[in-house]
Amino acid sequence: MTETFSCSFRATELDARDGILRVVDQLKARGIPDFRVEEVQIALAEAVNNVVEHAYAGTAPGDVLVRCNLHPDQLWVNINDAGTPFPNGTLPEGKLAEIGDDLDSLPEGGFGWFLIRELATDIRYQRDEDKNQLSLCFSLQLQGPDVRTS
Amino acid sequence: MSLTSKVTEDVQIVTVNAERIDAAMAIQFKEDMRVETESGPARVVLDLSSVNFIDSSGLGAIVAAMKQLGKDRKLDLAGLSPMVEKVFRLTRMDTVFNLYSTLPEALEPQQVGG
Repeated sequence: MTETFSCSFRATELDARDGILRVVDQLKARGIPDFRVEEVQIALAEAVNNVVEHAYAGTAPGDVLVRCNLHPDQLWVNINDAGTPFPNGTLPEGKLAEIGDDLDSLPEGGFGWFLIRELATDIRYQRDEDKNQLSLCFSLQLQGPDVRTS
Repeated sequence: MSLTSKVTEDVQIVTVNAERIDAAMAIQFKEDMRVETESGPARVVLDLSSVNFIDSSGLGAIVAAMKQLGKDRKLDLAGLSPMVEKVFRLTRMDTVFNLYSTLPEALEPQQVGG
């Protein structure tokens, strides 16, 4: 059995915050454990931030549509926008910058795609006509890949 | 203002009065930190007890706040919720900052100047 719900919002930082919180509320209301909802929230926020900052960069903010497909053992979160495609049509590698001893060289960014790739179990991207369709999958099995938490 | 601050002996405690340090908040947070910590003790403890969500923009703003302090001062973090701690751990930023689960832990005598 699959349950579907969605929400849409304008691609501004404040509207994105409200939209992300609406999705979080929906996931909690469906009984998904808090720690898993938190992981979904981190990855979703990074993906939506990228839409706000990059896909709609230099244009009036367009719409973002988030659609969740909830299966018994996994959750797919689809994020759609009508902004510019990813460079070369491929997703960023999301490699974490080197952390050295030098204070000034510590990274202040570049964490977003690293976090998405750490937290999602599967990622798909498709450019469909003039839309970006990014899909993130999260395992809902209790024996998930989260053993590092201990 | 997203922050309040008090100085006790040789520590400045800066409290974040927000539930989220996210993309909508990060620039203001960084600027407020600059104002709050323009001068003061060498050790600054950032109390994150009210914060229940941080994203990469917020993480970057905390790193920037530490850089603003310069080499002779340090920024420790206290009151991390499990979610906030997870973001620091995943990004290896837990190796850059001293993290304390509660503010009192950060202020225990052996931590001062540590």
